[in-house]
Amino acid sequence: MFDAVLWISVTFISLAMIGLIYRVIKGPTVADRVVALDAIGISLVSVVALVSIVLETSAFLDIILLIGILAFIGTVAFSKFLEKGVIMEYDRNGDR
Amino acid sequence: MKTNDIILQTVTKFTLFVIILFSIHLFFAGHYYPGGGFIGGLMTSGAIVLLLLAFDIKTVKMILPVDYLKVVAVGLLFAIGTGAGALFFDKPFLTHAYTYAYLPLLGKTSLHTAVLFDTGVFLVVIGVTMTIIQTIGESE
Repeated sequence: MFDAVLWISVTFISLAMIGLIYRVIKGPTVADRVVALDAIGISLVSVVALVSIVLETSAFLDIILLIGILAFIGTVAFSKFLEKGVIMEYDRNGDR
Repeated sequence: MKTNDIILQTVTKFTLFVIILFSIHLFFAGHYYPGGGFIGGLMTSGAIVLLLLAFDIKTVKMILPVDYLKVVAVGLLFAIGTGAGALFFDKPFLTHAYTYAYLPLLGKTSLHTAVLFDTGVFLVVIGVTMTIIQTIGESE
């Protein structure tokens, strides 16, 4: 019974990820794709959490925090590239 | 054009400590749980990359005045040193030793020389990733 609830949740999150993948492929601007990829990462967090409940293990709990941090850093890097054209400036207050 | 990244910089100042603590946890949990020197070093360099994103390369060099190539060298010395240390006790190269110690604050703790080897892996991973990222970031 409980397993069925978990698998239904995984199914619905997978459907949400399919919708997000549609937005990644179809999205008219790059910003749409970046936001969709960020949301895919967060959905992946919930999939990992549900699967680790199904498998009755706590070995994947570090992965959840890891995906969250990586999604954050990736989104920040991409949005900075979109805004400024560079990801890391040498001197922010200088002329470069 | 000067941009004001106050939200990104403030979030970075808080999140940095969480990421560093998580990487230290991953590093020390590596013997009994998933983790270890490789993923811990990657997360630490991820924290430094977040610092590089929120600020600039010059500021990060002022905060962390570290030559990352020397970090690689020190890491390799750690790995070779723990390997060669076994030779002094008439054991084969890279033989590890462990003991259980009763530390004042931590209680019963297992001290293993594999941690020193893992420290070498940690430092090499930080050094290599940060060298790659800084070299690419500085080139115009």
